[in-house]
Amino acid sequence: MAFDVASPSSTDTPPPARASIPARTLRTDRWWLPPLLTTLGLATFVVYATVRSFMRSDYWDAENHYLTPFYSPCLSDSCVAGSSHFGTPIGELPGFIPLAFLSLPFLLGFRLTCYYYRKAYYRSIWMAPPACGVGEPHERYTGETRLPLILQNVHRYFFYAALVITIINTYDAILAFGGENGFGIGLGNVVLLLNVVLLWCYTLSCHSCRHVTGGRLKHFSRNPVRYWTWTQVSRLNTRHMQFAWLTLGTLVLTDLYVWLVSSGAIADLRFIN
Amino acid sequence: MAYQAKLRVWRGDATAGELQDFEVEANEGEVVLDLIHRLQATQAPDLAVRWNCKAGKCGSCSAEVNGKPKLLCMTRMSTFAEDEVISVTPMRTFPVIRDLVTDVSYNYTKAREIPAFTPPEGLEPGEYRMQQVDVERSQEFRKCIECFLCQDTCHVIRDHEENKESFAGPRFLMRVAELEMHPLDAGDRVEAAQSAHGLGYCNITKCCTEVCPEGIQITDNALIPMKERVADRRYDPIVWLGNKIFKRNGA
Ligand code: SF4
Ligand code: SF4
Ligand code: FES
Ligand code: FES
Repeated sequence: MAFDVASPSSTDTPPPARASIPARTLRTDRWWLPPLLTTLGLATFVVYATVRSFMRSDYWDAENHYLTPFYSPCLSDSCVAGSSHFGTPIGELPGFIPLAFLSLPFLLGFRLTCYYYRKAYYRSIWMAPPACGVGEPHERYTGETRLPLILQNVHRYFFYAALVITIINTYDAILAFGGENGFGIGLGNVVLLLNVVLLWCYTLSCHSCRHVTGGRLKHFSRNPVRYWTWTQVSRLNTRHMQFAWLTLGTLVLTDLYVWLVSSGAIADLRFIN
Repeated sequence: MAYQAKLRVWRGDATAGELQDFEVEANEGEVVLDLIHRLQATQAPDLAVRWNCKAGKCGSCSAEVNGKPKLLCMTRMSTFAEDEVISVTPMRTFPVIRDLVTDVSYNYTKAREIPAFTPPEGLEPGEYRMQQVDVERSQEFRKCIECFLCQDTCHVIRDHEENKESFAGPRFLMRVAELEMHPLDAGDRVEAAQSAHGLGYCNITKCCTEVCPEGIQITDNALIPMKERVADRRYDPIVWLGNKIFKRNGA
């Protein structure tokens, strides 16, 4: 008797159907909190970054030679004197174009197509799914199989661009050790340096980086150097999410610091000279 | 210290069913499966539940506890407050047979769709030689106990029954990755991952990784590396050109 009921092949078995559980989820924890915090975090950054990118003031501290990453590289005649570390091959720019128009779109693209940020905004903004085991509100779902989301596959090209921009940011941070009065170290240098170090961690821990350095190989044993590199990138890669958030934080912090110092709101704390 | 735990268990079959409340004795050190067994022994002798090892190794007792995909035998009662109502329901993604038992044959169908390990031509069994570093990645995936909790939680099929046709699910995309990374597998897995097994449906939201009782990094170590390989093959003109010019075929 008991076997009869459990056997799907008995003659009076109904057609297969899922257990009827009307509730969208039976989770009792605060599953909505992480997506909410993610949305707030991303929105804060986007608003801040947009405002600052179009502001066109207080991005270069002439005294200590601090340049905010939001205006690097500054290549046009509209840039204030001294802030252009690579000359000004581009003439005046109309006000609606950010001065770092050559780097910002790539940085945006890099983060938008990043595997971690994809997870973050798919969950929090698109709600597919908002949390594990919580029903998503969409009728249909095709994931990244068609346009536009299939374009996420270009991530690796943004990675290469981001590498170049990170090198430029590093160069900016090094130049900042030489201010108006020659070599010196201030709190601004520490902030710029910390930002650059974390940007390297974020960029090198990228999944595409992990793939190109060694992940794509079938035989690690035949490529010991690439295997070693892959191992190091993999170690960083496990913290990719942390670096993604940390760098959003340090980017804002760095920019804010340069803003405050260059506008004269606060004075740079000097350690040496 | 024994106490009366409040369980809300789904009971029914494919035609109808509902959550029913029970009070069941709970003792120190017990897991949810212990209470389900006590419920069977004392109040509901016909309650259907699938289990085997009670050690988190056979993958039979998969269900959902408070809405989260879990192994019943590995979910400790001490993780809940004593007055908390604990819901125990069958896996949502698969058709229910009765009570907590579901029909997981979708998974066996998907498993069969993946061509078996294919050794290089001319290499006989017994002649396989490989280095430990080369099989390490595949070995992580061999820890799988086939509990199908990852399949259950994946929203691609959990929320969209119609995607079952084209999507193999994390467990089996991981199987594809295991073979693709295997040093001696000569099959072409990359193209099939995208076209036959539906890798593109995955949006790397990591629920499979979150629920895996074996702690396998399914998304980071199997799904994303496969997505990168597909990008090599399909969406990266430079890699494509390089492969043409240098006639490379896997390194
Ligand atoms: S990461 Fe991909 S396969 Fe895993 S649960 Fe999410 S969508 Fe499904
Ligand atoms: S990968 Fe993990 S969650 Fe999925 S079936 Fe295997 S053990 Fe279970
Ligand atoms: S930057 Fe996040 S995965 Fe590439
Ligand atoms: S009974 Fe074997 S995994 Fe739970």
